[in-house]
Amino acid sequence: MIQVFAFYLFATLVIAAGAFTLLARNPVHSVLWLIVAFFNAAGLMVLLGAEFIAMLLVIVYVGAVAVLFLFVVMMLDIDFAELRAGFIKNFPLGFALALVLLMELVLGVGAYRTGALQLGTPDGSAAPPAGASNIEAIGALLYSRYLFLFEAAGIVLLVAMIGAIVLTHRQRGGVRGQDVAKQVARRPQDATRNEKPEVGKGVSL
Amino acid sequence: MIGIEHYVAVSSILFVLGVLGIFLNRKNVIVILMAIELILLAVNINFVAFSSFLHDLTGQIFAMFVLTVAAGEAAVGLAILVIYFRGRGTIAVDDVNRMKG
Repeated sequence: MIQVFAFYLFATLVIAAGAFTLLARNPVHSVLWLIVAFFNAAGLMVLLGAEFIAMLLVIVYVGAVAVLFLFVVMMLDIDFAELRAGFIKNFPLGFALALVLLMELVLGVGAYRTGALQLGTPDGSAAPPAGASNIEAIGALLYSRYLFLFEAAGIVLLVAMIGAIVLTHRQRGGVRGQDVAKQVARRPQDATRNEKPEVGKGVSL
Repeated sequence: MIGIEHYVAVSSILFVLGVLGIFLNRKNVIVILMAIELILLAVNINFVAFSSFLHDLTGQIFAMFVLTVAAGEAAVGLAILVIYFRGRGTIAVDDVNRMKG
């Protein structure tokens, strides 16, 4: 009974938060609603016993992606009221398209109810071992069968990180920075000289 | 009782909301990026639901990869947004026509 209640709570909240993400006037509020949506989606996944993905969702999305969004939204000085001008104009087309998509999905579910396609059953090689927790089971699978995919995911993140740095980094002209190599290469005989000026005469530099 | 259909329904609604968001906010790139995140979240819910339904962990592992790609996409997308704003002073999508595409 409590599961049913929890499911409907999480499901309602995730959909409502998703809708408010798109409808909020202020993008900062949008990001905050997005965080609510991710939290409730994590709740839905916990209900299924997928704690690892749920925690990953909270850590990666709420901890990193949402904060990144918040950062950018707050950093850019944008007139958001002007950006919303096309909202009403685009509404009929967008709503029609969304309706078509939803109808297609409903059609899929309806067809499934009358008799599902048999695409084969899982061979059991990736079935969670009895007694092991969700994280243990995922770890055992991830570091054996999916090891190379896991490494590839790491490379994807590395490339994204380097790409983001390269894109946003800029060389600023007119700033006097420290050139360590030049400092180290400087020798005493280049830097100093002995002068013996005559009386009444100066030293030219 | 809660079955796989309930989860599929939630994720379909979330997916359609994401698509609707892309179409409604034709100007604000940040909201479009957030709509893409919603779509990927819907996909993840679907993966995890079917993984639990079929007693097969592959779905959860694939959901993790989707998460990875979503994080990378958000990072690169926001970086592009920042340099675009630096050059143009606006992020309206309608004005993005430099490449005449």
